[in-house]
Amino acid sequence: MKYWLLFAGLALFVLFGALSWNYMHHHGHVVTGMDNQIVWGLPHVFAVFLIVAASGALNVASIASVFNQKMYKPLAPLSAVLALALMLGGLLVLVLDLGRSDRLIVAMTHFNFKSMFTWNVFLYSGFFGLVGIYLWTMLDRSVASYAKTAGTAAFIWRLILTTGTGSLFGFLIARELYGTSMLAPMFIILSFAYGLAIFLMVLAAAYAWSGRVLGDAVILRLKKLLAVFVAAALYFTVVYHLTNLYFAKMEGIEAFILRDGGFITLLFWFGQILIGCVIPLLILLTNLGKSRIWIMAACSLIILGGLAQMYVTIIGAQAFPLDMFPGLIENSSFADGQIHHYSPSIPELFLGLGGVAIALIATLFGVKVLRLLPASLDDVTVAKLEH
Amino acid sequence: MSDTNKTVDVPASPDRRKFVGAATAFAGVTLAPGILLMEVAHGRPEEQAASSAVRWGMLVDATKCSTGCDDCVTACSTENGWTPVESSPHKSQAPQWIRKLELQDPLTQMETNLPMMCQHCADAPCVDVCPTGASFKRADGIVLVNRHTCIGCRYCMMACPYKARSLVHESLNDTQKPDVPRGIGCVESCTLCVQKIDRGDGTTACVEACTASGHNALMFGDMNDPESEISKRLRQLPTKQVRADLNLDLGVRYHGI
Repeated sequence: MKYWLLFAGLALFVLFGALSWNYMHHHGHVVTGMDNQIVWGLPHVFAVFLIVAASGALNVASIASVFNQKMYKPLAPLSAVLALALMLGGLLVLVLDLGRSDRLIVAMTHFNFKSMFTWNVFLYSGFFGLVGIYLWTMLDRSVASYAKTAGTAAFIWRLILTTGTGSLFGFLIARELYGTSMLAPMFIILSFAYGLAIFLMVLAAAYAWSGRVLGDAVILRLKKLLAVFVAAALYFTVVYHLTNLYFAKMEGIEAFILRDGGFITLLFWFGQILIGCVIPLLILLTNLGKSRIWIMAACSLIILGGLAQMYVTIIGAQAFPLDMFPGLIENSSFADGQIHHYSPSIPELFLGLGGVAIALIATLFGVKVLRLLPASLDDVTVAKLEH
Repeated sequence: MSDTNKTVDVPASPDRRKFVGAATAFAGVTLAPGILLMEVAHGRPEEQAASSAVRWGMLVDATKCSTGCDDCVTACSTENGWTPVESSPHKSQAPQWIRKLELQDPLTQMETNLPMMCQHCADAPCVDVCPTGASFKRADGIVLVNRHTCIGCRYCMMACPYKARSLVHESLNDTQKPDVPRGIGCVESCTLCVQKIDRGDGTTACVEACTASGHNALMFGDMNDPESEISKRLRQLPTKQVRADLNLDLGVRYHGI
């Protein structure tokens, strides 16, 4: 019953997402908050977040298969299914936000290999293929001996994949906040944090709602890892902005993000830094982190902070005007020289949430149909696994 | 005519003879001016590919560009069929292929006017990033969007340092021109009036308008031909490329910036 209620609830959001897409597709992007200045909006925030998190959701499977930590082996299939589901949700939002989403077949048949987008098309497809094979080796005993090979391949692939996602922005010369190789490793570490946070929440929810026992040993071990990832994400963010602050030409955009950007600045300090990094670190590294509830709170804060980070990274970079004539005041009918404002529309929000719902519904379906979770992961079972 | 008749097995009827004669005359009258025009204007036949021997480009003399004049913008909009931003109901979402930019030095108060549009880079970032190859550079240096393979991903708009591109945000009304295909959900920008170039007009709508207004701030031509007017002028006049630091080798050069 619980399963069907949850399924129905999520299906409702999938329906809203589909209706939003239909509305946007029928009328064009004129019904969105996006314009010729903010060309990538809220759907991209959700899509990139989900794609990045998908890569990170594979963490636990990688630790089990690649680094041979037996304790995590029972959780590896869930990790792989969640990774596939998040990738599916993210990609759907991405392609349904295309100006011509009906031309998806063109994107699948016409390639420009100089484009990072083209490489990402292959990286995403490869991810589905490799993680799919990996999942097969975990679920079918006749091919179980290939699990380590498949797991290693998937592990390397997802590192390349997130490098590709970061490079979607890193390879852009036009915008000040982009055009740096820093974005590739930064996206990898962000993916570790977001993916693991989502995994922990899904894991705890799956066990709680199906009445199975999940011991503290697993959760407490993983929350330490989560703290390391969040600290690393914070480190990358600090180094990134410090480097920018050192360059006079970057002062304008940095002042915008860090001080004068209004909503963007608020999202950066309160969303990305405080909610997404500082508070979760305080929870995870202190005694609070021994409680399951607090760990879950930290995970949800990391996810919210992640969405804020994507918003700042994607919208913030576009909101600041391009500096075509450094030092001069620009004025035109095309908003040159002005800060660009963006108010997301309802359909954009629901398209993004639809992607999240698709990811969760696919995970739910996977857990239910594939019976991915062991009956019990109490501390005694886990201790046995380790020896 | 009688000679022709002798060679034909079945003699043609007088009616048929008249018809053939009239048709030939009609065809001659119809085609001749066209062929003559082709000869005069050196238009490029359809089957002939654009040549890399040519590099179409533009010279903007910002010292002659007049404050408040937007004749180039109006001419572009009329030629290419996009709705002028002031008559568009959704201004921030309306496509603008060319726009007037007013610059001011905050210290010296010096004001500069210039039109900004696609700079037709030799190393165009929009062409590099386009996933489907819809964004492409023609051999003669014109950067275009293939309306049939553009999926509306807007990655080119993220990549363009000149904000030269617009997405068509809504269904288009019937102002479309037959030789300027446009469409909802696709990205578009200045084409250097490619339809006029291929027709052999040898200039663009904005340049024509600027010349007609007597400002003469714009000049169009083949930058590869050392004898072309634009090449001669570019040799005499100090010009700059906007964001020259990016080293994109622009097809539009500015004087007085």
